[in-house]
Amino acid sequence: MIADFEYFAPKTVDEALSLLSKYKEEAKIIAGGQSMLVVMKRGLLSIEHLIDIKGIEALDYIKYDEKEGLRIGALTMHRAIEKSPVITIQTRNWGTIGGNLCHGDPAGDPAPVFIALNAKLKLASLGKERVIEMEEFSQDYLEVALEPDEMLIEIQVPTPPSHTGTACDKLMVMKGDMGVVGAAVSITLSPGDGICKDARIALSNCASTPLRAREAEKKLIGKVVNDSLLVEVGEVASTEATPPVDVHGSAEYRQEMVKVLVRRAATKALERAKAA
Amino acid sequence: MKGELKELKLTVNGKSYEFKVKPKTLLVELLRNELKLTGAKIGCLDSACGACTVNIDGKAVRSCSILALQANGREVITIEGVADGYKLHPIQEAMVEHGAIECGFCTPGMVMSARALLGENPAPSQEEIKEAIQGNLCADEGYVKYIEAIEIAAKKMRGGN
Repeated sequence: MIADFEYFAPKTVDEALSLLSKYKEEAKIIAGGQSMLVVMKRGLLSIEHLIDIKGIEALDYIKYDEKEGLRIGALTMHRAIEKSPVITIQTRNWGTIGGNLCHGDPAGDPAPVFIALNAKLKLASLGKERVIEMEEFSQDYLEVALEPDEMLIEIQVPTPPSHTGTACDKLMVMKGDMGVVGAAVSITLSPGDGICKDARIALSNCASTPLRAREAEKKLIGKVVNDSLLVEVGEVASTEATPPVDVHGSAEYRQEMVKVLVRRAATKALERAKAA
Repeated sequence: MKGELKELKLTVNGKSYEFKVKPKTLLVELLRNELKLTGAKIGCLDSACGACTVNIDGKAVRSCSILALQANGREVITIEGVADGYKLHPIQEAMVEHGAIECGFCTPGMVMSARALLGENPAPSQEEIKEAIQGNLCADEGYVKYIEAIEIAAKKMRGGN
């Protein structure tokens, strides 16, 4: 089972960063722990010093204004985001949004959604801060671009341009479960002629990281979007996917489902862009 | 130091406790092994089955999926703290009367998920009930009765018949 470790529960970001800068690779941050404890129980991760940041209240917030866009504190719980009037994603009473992203699971739902929304992440180490694109944060399976002394502080979602619609969809074995594959799509139309000005498509569980389907996006940009184009877009996205194989589906099945889910999410995003 | 005992203060079923625990202790282990509250079941120990669900500050949380130390300063209610002495909680009563019980292993978790739901939403729709218990697996597939019983309990708690 879980091996022994030393436990810290800092109350401020600075305290947490000091501990990180002291212990670096030997330390690991736990937030809600909903993914990390699973990994620890399986013996895939053994930790010398565990820094429990769940008690840092300053990182639990959802703020919005038009200029800055949406700001979500890393320790905001999924359930709070779901219930907030500004955004909806998923449910959980203990897990945190930042913890989900830092776990780096390519099957997670929030990362592709944030990639489609062009979100950025604010990372901090002692006395230093940097902001990186959500898309660049995921490095490999369960690996993210955090230095050993860094932690995720905030997720920044810019206010979408006018005439933008976004949507996501995923295939589940059981409602509420992890996605077998999933797609998140954002479409921006130019108001007069309805031509697609910008598009972002991100897939979950289709590579070792959340995957941006850039070729599929290119298919959309500069064109008037209709149903047959969306079918093609799904097909292109499917060729970009290199999904894993497990009991829930073969790679071929997942690739087929990418076609369906990209088309569905894009259709909904398009409707919303037209209505916006 | 690794494995060094840490102080933990929490309330469980209305009583205050202080412990010294190894940091790796899971909440479900503390409840079952130290407090002998064996109502929260260990089914999978892997965040999948929901049989270990308790309420922390009124919310349904899986006690196998948090460290005991993460409940520091919080209020935990287990299935043992749901009834008022021998008087069953309306959720329990409805489950008994409606036959919403199969082998009983998943029942404590179902009750705790339902309790958290009705605490925040006294008049849930069937869909909302399904969502609330979607993290509780019943190996006997007794879901329909559970959903109906929770509806009956909600009605009763709102003062209807």
